[in-house]
Amino acid sequence: MLPELHLPWMEISVLITLLGSIWLKFTPDRDRAYKRCIRICTLTCLVTICGWIDFVSLKTFAASEPFSLFYRLFHKNLFVVDDLSAPLLPLAALLYLLTVLSTLKTKGHSFSFSNTLISEAILLSTLSSKEPWIIILLLSVATIPPLLEFRSNKRSSRVYVLHMGLFVLLLVAGGLLSSFKDQSGTLSLIAGALLTTAALLRNGIIPLHCWMTDLFDKITFGTALLFVTPMTGAYAILRLVFPIAPDWALQGIAIVSLITAVYAAGMALVQQEARRFFCYLFLSHSSLVLVGLEMATPLGLTGGLCVWISVGISLAGFALTLRSVEARTGRISLKTYHGLYEHTPTLAGLFLVTGLASIGFPGTLGFIGTELLIEGVIEIYPLVGTAVVIATALNSIAILQVYFRVFTGTHHSASISLRARVPEHVAILILVALVIGGGLYPQPGVISRNHAAIQLIQQRDEVFQENKVSVDYSLSEHKHHLKTSP
Amino acid sequence: MNSEIAFHFLGVCIVAGPALLLALFGTTSLINKPLGERLIAQATQTVVVMGLFAAIAVLVLMLSLGKRYVPVEMGNWVVLPEQHFHFHLKFIFDRLSIPFCILSFILCGTVGAFASRYLHREPGYNRFFICYALFLLGMIVSSLAGTIETLFFGWELVGLSSALLVAFFHERLNPVRNGLRIWSIYRIADAAFLVAAIMLHHLTGAGDFAELMGTGSWPDGQASISEQHALFIGLLLLFAAAGKSALVPFSGWLPRAMEGPTPSSAVFYGSLSVHLGAYLLLRVSPILELSPLLSLAVILLGLVSAIYGTLVARVQTDIKSALAFASLTQVSIIVVEIGCGLRYIALIHIIGHACLRTLQLLRAPSLFHDYHSLENAIGAHLTQKPSLWVRIMPERYRVSLYRFELERGYLDMLCNRFIITPFVGLFRYCDSLESRWTNLISGEDQRESESVSPVSDSLEEN
Repeated sequence: MLPELHLPWMEISVLITLLGSIWLKFTPDRDRAYKRCIRICTLTCLVTICGWIDFVSLKTFAASEPFSLFYRLFHKNLFVVDDLSAPLLPLAALLYLLTVLSTLKTKGHSFSFSNTLISEAILLSTLSSKEPWIIILLLSVATIPPLLEFRSNKRSSRVYVLHMGLFVLLLVAGGLLSSFKDQSGTLSLIAGALLTTAALLRNGIIPLHCWMTDLFDKITFGTALLFVTPMTGAYAILRLVFPIAPDWALQGIAIVSLITAVYAAGMALVQQEARRFFCYLFLSHSSLVLVGLEMATPLGLTGGLCVWISVGISLAGFALTLRSVEARTGRISLKTYHGLYEHTPTLAGLFLVTGLASIGFPGTLGFIGTELLIEGVIEIYPLVGTAVVIATALNSIAILQVYFRVFTGTHHSASISLRARVPEHVAILILVALVIGGGLYPQPGVISRNHAAIQLIQQRDEVFQENKVSVDYSLSEHKHHLKTSP
Repeated sequence: MNSEIAFHFLGVCIVAGPALLLALFGTTSLINKPLGERLIAQATQTVVVMGLFAAIAVLVLMLSLGKRYVPVEMGNWVVLPEQHFHFHLKFIFDRLSIPFCILSFILCGTVGAFASRYLHREPGYNRFFICYALFLLGMIVSSLAGTIETLFFGWELVGLSSALLVAFFHERLNPVRNGLRIWSIYRIADAAFLVAAIMLHHLTGAGDFAELMGTGSWPDGQASISEQHALFIGLLLLFAAAGKSALVPFSGWLPRAMEGPTPSSAVFYGSLSVHLGAYLLLRVSPILELSPLLSLAVILLGLVSAIYGTLVARVQTDIKSALAFASLTQVSIIVVEIGCGLRYIALIHIIGHACLRTLQLLRAPSLFHDYHSLENAIGAHLTQKPSLWVRIMPERYRVSLYRFELERGYLDMLCNRFIITPFVGLFRYCDSLESRWTNLISGEDQRESESVSPVSDSLEEN
């Protein structure tokens, strides 16, 4: 029996977002909808933070929700908070809050506040669930809000539908096969392969990554950002694949992720449009996270989980800065220099800080995580580990190149003030404070991720131990049957 | 016990000063409330003077107590006991770090005082001093680093501030392009450093120099790794040092760096930053001793770079570039000295050269003014006697050599042709393949956003 939290925090947060979404559906006025959405997101963020504090105070590896509505309906704890998901929930809620906060009111017609809250509810439910079928269901449903935006923007959604359709198909097939028990283990191996492919597809591993650039190209930056930044693909791998995949399979995934990381970093260097650049930059970073997660060693996994958090925070800030600039100039071409520094010096500074934080620059949140990650990889593949360093180096070159393209190189004349608005400023400053604060005092965060890593590895070992016992038992049964048969 | 407390207090003062300066300038800029010129200059002066006196006090204390090695423990920044991983924050005062630290404060102080007047009413005054604070912190952390990760920490800060200061006049295209080129070279070189640091950590179980270099303070340490490991790690560190000190084949960035304002050129490429590679080699010199092959590689690289530097310096048409290549020549000779095991000679050479070159570079803007005044006074151009080489070398060879020197050894051209162009070409080709693939699936052009020209009134997402 799991220990219980003091309140059903996760259910409350999901309920707030769902009810808020309905409320906003009936709010025709954009200004009012914007303000209400900020209030709802703030409240949700506070609730998830309370949940995290509550969980930490229990000093346990996992906790269920008390007075659970779902438990009464299904007699099962659908929402379980553990070491892995506890900090991811407030992170996700914060990401939504800051994205909404930095959205210009004039974008109310293209960036749907109501749909955003629905997405948030789905994401929070996903991150607080450990049940495979619930995760599969929620990951599948989460693909719908971006599709609705494709349709409302009257843009071709074929690339997205093809990839996400395949993703859902693979998830469901993998889920079905994994529910069958077979003695030989062939079915579970196929199920694992299907689930892995699905999760990698959702994460944008090459050559199945084209949907991501298409997404950034055709829907609003905010929606695209919220769909990819929480890295639910990585979450799916940890929950669905990590416990059942053999070591060689995990290391195979790590190699593929490493290739993606280097490839995406190289692609980020040659992009001619800022959103696509961000997409590849994010892809490279999320692949590096996967590299750490698939190492299946405490050090590598801790590094991967640390980089997950740091990338989530820093690249969110980076994207919000880019989005703020885009809101002033339209789509940002990287073929030319824009020279915006003079008009938006603060945004330039924030762009640089968040960008450098994402590559694990010293003194930022990602520094220790990147060190742990590289050390974890070198522990297993001494030479392959250098590829992580190369990917990081390429990403850092790409970031400074784009900084120079956007903010320097020419004198920009503007007829109106382009300075950052207070909400935008506040949103990005919060992320910068987290990035620098976490960089200067990383110990609590690293320890928390280390606990989660050890927990995940222990769970994985238990599953393999059980399988080994059941295989040994069936072998002895088989021998006994051969002996006794005439 | 009392001396330990004193050392700890002074050590914290030395490192915390630049950190607070950076925090002050950075925070006020981020919240859009930049400080005034006078306040910036005063804060800088206070921090530098405080740090310098603290460093001198440490030196006096060490001499009076007869200590040659004083570690200042700041505790573990991160520790994972179960995985035997710790990121140790430790600073050391020894015969290498103390002179380098004092030198950093003196030269940064000189340049800071010069810059506060030189950049008066310059729009980027505040930005310059943010980068300056970043550089000062990087230099002090690098100088006093007691672990290889801490050294890497400082090393990175120096790299970033260098690139940003080269691009200081950022409304022009050339400084920005050169800043990016420098950053790219630094990052590739830093990648080698990071791998070396992690390999060392992996082999010895610690990044602590005391563990790595065995017992005995610098320069008497004995490294505790095998010869093969020493060769491999040493080559990586040599690669990193070559990037930072502009040794061949990375020399192309040094004249580009002169695009920055004179004060930053002086402090980076004349004195401190350019010597950081040599400092790294000095710090890990026990590793060099383990492998004769590695020492030979260090000597050869130094020799090639010195010959290259002295040849190219002779044909430069602007004073800053000429000084840059003259710096490269001296740094390369220092590297040769390190390879030969002449560590004290190398340290003295660094200090002397850094002071001389800083003053030369600060003097450079007004030199031509005086030169012209002199020519006006005598009513003719000042004549120069042709050098010995010009007199004895056949003209055919002279022309070839002159072209080689003028093209700076074709290093930039080779780098562009054999590294950058193929790399960018490959990824552009991949990009076009992706574009065709997504166009094929969706039945429409996927990249129209790339041809959209920016519109000034766009407050709508598209």
